[in-house]
Amino acid sequence: MSNPYSEKQCVISGVGQSEIGRRLPRSGLQLTVDAVKKALDDAGLKREDIDGVSSWPGQMQNSAPGFSPVSITDLREAMDLKLSWYNAGIESTQMSAIINACMAVASGQARHVICFRTMTEASSMAKGTRSSVQGTGSQRISGPFQWQLPFGAFSASSWAALIASRYMHEFGASREQLAQIALNARRNAQLNERAVYRDPLSMEDYLSARMISDPLCLFDCDVPIDGSTVLIISHKDCAPDLKATPIHIESVAGPLYGRDSWDQQDDLTRFCAEDAGKMLWSRTDFSPKDVDFAELYDGFSFLTLLWLEGLGFCGRGEAAAFVEGGQRIARDGELPLATHGGQLSAGRTHGLGYFHEAVKQLRGEAGSHQLAGDRKLAVVSNGGGNLAGAALLRKD
Amino acid sequence: MGPVPELDELNEFFWTSGADGKLRMQYCDDCQYWQHPPSVCCRKCLGEGIAPRELSGEGTVAAVTINRMPWMPGLKVPYVLVIVELDEQPGLRLTSAMPSVDPEQVAIGDRVKVWFEQREDVWMPFFAPLA
Ligand SMILES: [Zn+2]
Repeated sequence: MSNPYSEKQCVISGVGQSEIGRRLPRSGLQLTVDAVKKALDDAGLKREDIDGVSSWPGQMQNSAPGFSPVSITDLREAMDLKLSWYNAGIESTQMSAIINACMAVASGQARHVICFRTMTEASSMAKGTRSSVQGTGSQRISGPFQWQLPFGAFSASSWAALIASRYMHEFGASREQLAQIALNARRNAQLNERAVYRDPLSMEDYLSARMISDPLCLFDCDVPIDGSTVLIISHKDCAPDLKATPIHIESVAGPLYGRDSWDQQDDLTRFCAEDAGKMLWSRTDFSPKDVDFAELYDGFSFLTLLWLEGLGFCGRGEAAAFVEGGQRIARDGELPLATHGGQLSAGRTHGLGYFHEAVKQLRGEAGSHQLAGDRKLAVVSNGGGNLAGAALLRKD
Repeated sequence: MGPVPELDELNEFFWTSGADGKLRMQYCDDCQYWQHPPSVCCRKCLGEGIAPRELSGEGTVAAVTINRMPWMPGLKVPYVLVIVELDEQPGLRLTSAMPSVDPEQVAIGDRVKVWFEQREDVWMPFFAPLA
């Protein structure tokens, strides 16, 4: 009997990324088309081969500026795609674009699916609007945000900072330990010519930086960008015809067992990362010790600590000690993290950027920031709070 | 400082509860379970025997942050945000603020009590140190 998990039938056949920058002269749709063309070329596929599109979050009513500037409809019309299947929606994890694409391919709804994530938050900020800050208008607030915004908890920075304060209190973690996430990302970004922030960053710089929401400082928060990332997910039977080395999706998961909230979780400092980790490992014979490097979500540096624990790379409450000194997570350490600079230094591509990087590293095509040695297995994780998704990527 | 909640059938009792100085949340008599945010049924037993009930308004600071970023024009910083765990039930929490105290003086573990500030037709539940 064949393996029942849909992702085992799929490969990442191509990846593409537009220019990534702080205020680009190209629109979100232009950047998306740029990334699609690169991904098609990378895979050796033609536009006519594409019969599916999957995205998160897709078209949004009252969209936060720059957070989701391109809908599937926009892309389909711009490129005249003939789609057997397409899907996007915000009521899911960031990882749902991948999970849904795998299910569509495995079930025969589509054969080659474009997954895209486009951001124009940097241009939006330049116009004076911040997509990461909710409720800046004068209208009344309903839905989940009513439990945070009226008190002045406008930004995810504050929501994450509250949980970080609790974590530091419970486990005695220090800012110097947390800093290693940001410093490691910057060291890797210095090798990556496509990263947004490449100036050297020292512990002194970090400790003297402007605080955003204690205990998180400027360098604990990722950098808004303009840019688009595209993956093409194809049936594994197509692999022999591909131009690039296919990367297998060994396992992928995006569960929500806990409360759909940042402040009502049974345990404030576990979030949903732990559930995503359990589900991820339940779908594969591999285990954390087999992983060669990890692209863990760092929208806030602190979230990486929760992912290290949630994915089983260390025990509960041990993540700060795990990253202390930075050697273990460095590019020559036992578990290299954020090898392109993460969202902290390479830019807030918001999820798919980690996949792009993991695929390039596994293929040995990361150029100036390629890790040494043959790397066969990588973990990617997306999200924080009530959003959590994780994937295990494998080269044959 | 923030926008005012839109009142609806589910949340109106919570956001107007402070009119008499009391904090109220939904309580299921069958499960002896407090739930927040309010919903149409008890999330444990799915029964509809839930009703707003008065809490002591006392709790412990479970998490704290000082927001120092002026996210929008006119926002006065710094100010302190807290997650308060209420005495009635482990894990029953409110994200709130403590605008009446020096932000630097708030710490996890502090004992606090609710107080209310009226904004239009809403009574905001803020917290202050328990005397
Ligand atoms: Zn009940």
